[in-house]
Amino acid sequence: MTVQAFHLPYSEAAVQDLRERLTRTRWPDTIPGSGWEYGFDLESLQSICRYWRDEFDWKAELDRMGRLRHLEFTTGSQSIHFVHERGRGPTPIPILLLHGWPGSFLDMSKLAPRLADPAAYGGEPGDSFDVVVASLPGFGFSGRPGERGMSTARMSDLFAELMNELGYERFACHGGDFGGAVSSWLGRRHPARILGLHLSYTFQDYRPALQAGAVLSEEETQFLRDADRWAQELGAYDHIQLRTPQTVAYGLNDSPAALAAWILEKFRDWSDCDLALETRFTRDELLANVTLYWMTETIHSSCRLYFEQRASPLHLAPGERIEVACGIAHFPKDTPFPPRTWIERGYNVQHWTDMASGGHFPALEEPEALAADIRAFFRRLR
Amino acid sequence: MAEQEFTISVPDAAIDDLRRRLRQMRWPDTVTGSGWTYGLDLDWMKSTADYWLEQYDWRAEERQLNAYPHRIAEIDGFRIHYLHFRSKHAGAVPLIVTHGWPGSFLELLKVAPMLAEGASDPFHVVVPSLPGFGFSERPSTPGMNTFRTAELWVELMRELGYDRFVAQGGDIGANVSSVMAWKHPESVIALHLNYIPGLYRPWVDDTTQPLRPEEIAFQQEAQVWFDEKGGYWHVQATQPQTLGFTLNDSPVGLAAWLIDKYRDWADCDGVVERRFSRDELLTHVSLYWFTETIASSCRMYLESRRAPLAFRQGERIAVPCGVLRLAKEEPMPPRTWVERAYNVVRWTEKPKGGHFAAWEEPEVLATDVRELVAPFRRPALRDDG
Repeated sequence: MTVQAFHLPYSEAAVQDLRERLTRTRWPDTIPGSGWEYGFDLESLQSICRYWRDEFDWKAELDRMGRLRHLEFTTGSQSIHFVHERGRGPTPIPILLLHGWPGSFLDMSKLAPRLADPAAYGGEPGDSFDVVVASLPGFGFSGRPGERGMSTARMSDLFAELMNELGYERFACHGGDFGGAVSSWLGRRHPARILGLHLSYTFQDYRPALQAGAVLSEEETQFLRDADRWAQELGAYDHIQLRTPQTVAYGLNDSPAALAAWILEKFRDWSDCDLALETRFTRDELLANVTLYWMTETIHSSCRLYFEQRASPLHLAPGERIEVACGIAHFPKDTPFPPRTWIERGYNVQHWTDMASGGHFPALEEPEALAADIRAFFRRLR
Repeated sequence: MAEQEFTISVPDAAIDDLRRRLRQMRWPDTVTGSGWTYGLDLDWMKSTADYWLEQYDWRAEERQLNAYPHRIAEIDGFRIHYLHFRSKHAGAVPLIVTHGWPGSFLELLKVAPMLAEGASDPFHVVVPSLPGFGFSERPSTPGMNTFRTAELWVELMRELGYDRFVAQGGDIGANVSSVMAWKHPESVIALHLNYIPGLYRPWVDDTTQPLRPEEIAFQQEAQVWFDEKGGYWHVQATQPQTLGFTLNDSPVGLAAWLIDKYRDWADCDGVVERRFSRDELLTHVSLYWFTETIASSCRMYLESRRAPLAFRQGERIAVPCGVLRLAKEEPMPPRTWVERAYNVVRWTEKPKGGHFAAWEEPEVLATDVRELVAPFRRPALRDDG
């Protein structure tokens, strides 16, 4: 087990190759005027890819990232990339921030400084955190798991080790999507280490154990129906990534335009953007994330997490509850979100905030509101 | 209508471009020793891509394909590619055979001449390429589903002078054939299916004809199949364009997507070369690649999901129907389920073969079609030209 400095890799040849591939993209046909009806709109993608090729500056993005402290933790054959920022305030507490799919550690770029140095953003210095922003195994600059079984459950053990290595015996966690799943597993497997869990989303495979004769509320039944309908209409990516990630990865790792469509479709479908992607995110923001997937060739390893997750879903045992204190920030435009009662069946919910706006990527969409909620939740647990 | 001959001729530049892309393939990583667990095996794909680049000869394949009677017709303003095997024998019965996804007219190159050349029970065989497949036009307006395709087919057959004909198909082809029989019973002598469309929904009257145990078991089996293997369907039926970017830009991406299905759905025990040679597989893939029809072919799923083969109370297909069920076919309904909306007069089960009946077991398919049609061969149907 070691922690060492991590140097952000840059390759001019890779940037050149990316530009060439974008130039010779063989665009599929489409039904003229069909817009987004059949999937990612052709013209929008062409415009994004033109910008990607002609204007987007990967080197500048890396330089921006390089202002932070990047480190790498290695345990066994797995390396984990993370950013470590010490809190500015009298008594910072450690917090681990975990992204999901198809995001990356970059999702946390606006949230992390707000937590590390609240005073710089109009907050109280007493709310500051020592921030650890990690890349999940198989994502970004973390190593791609070469063995089967790297589920969010296993990842939780690795992150517990990492935080231990940094000298953090107890720490706070925040995450949504897969990051929420890893956080939940930390709460389940390492409760003594966790100060509290702050979640913006409970991962779709979370299932509380229902006692015989348990009656679901109308809201819960409605949620399960909505989730089912959502899966039918928008869940094809999940279906494929759960079963045959490798089959789709051949094309996604070979075609930058395809990769952009596959990833950005989700940012559009899941964020609070009224289906106008660029009203929520800048092109540079979106493309920095896509380029990270491209340069690190992690689309397959990231999609494999769906497959791995199938073998160890977060299904709680009868009578089991994750007892660590849990705070939920519910952003209204997220994908189907369970009612409080459903989460309370499996979590010790002590804090719940219904946000006014935002979706599945709150750290990018609503960093200020999310930071305020995280500070408020952990204030009571300090 | 004047039949127009058609010759396949892929430009050199397209072949060079394909080779360059194969050379520059950016391979994904995989998990050590995972084989086919996570999808198409990486080592297998690498060796197949290498074969595609180094040994496969499209020009040789193209020459062979051009020995067949390719035709182009414009029907209702829409360009249809088809093969027309006019039998030399007297009394030939017109037959239209429709392929499915991820197939093409290539699947039917074995069975079509067999049916045309049988001296005692010949057929005039027409093998069209579905809209958005192969050398047929790619639809540029929404709604080119199996219902509209069926209308084009009936019109095509009429234009060819075939007012009454037999319709055969599997997969999407079974759907199109069923619609022809349903909506144009006056034109269809008999219907032969080697697959029942997944979107087929008969009217079920719970009081007079409640579901039988085998029908319930089938529905459960189909659900499990969908959960495990239906990802391709799911994306093609909901967001096909997004997938299209992947498959139209990466030849290996396309090959993996298609060959995954050939392997999964054929009777090959997971060893695809037991059924199909690499050349055969790569010609199928190359056809999709050179015609750039993967996105348009996938869109057919979305169009068909919006117009499923669903029957209301009292609706049935009256045309006599024969079903050939090969053992390794994807979930196939029991006869009772099919009989709810089809007039099943013949039901054959065979121990070998899978989803690609015409490609895998052409003799079996040809025999079954001949035997279904035999009782309907009457002098009045004979073509004297």
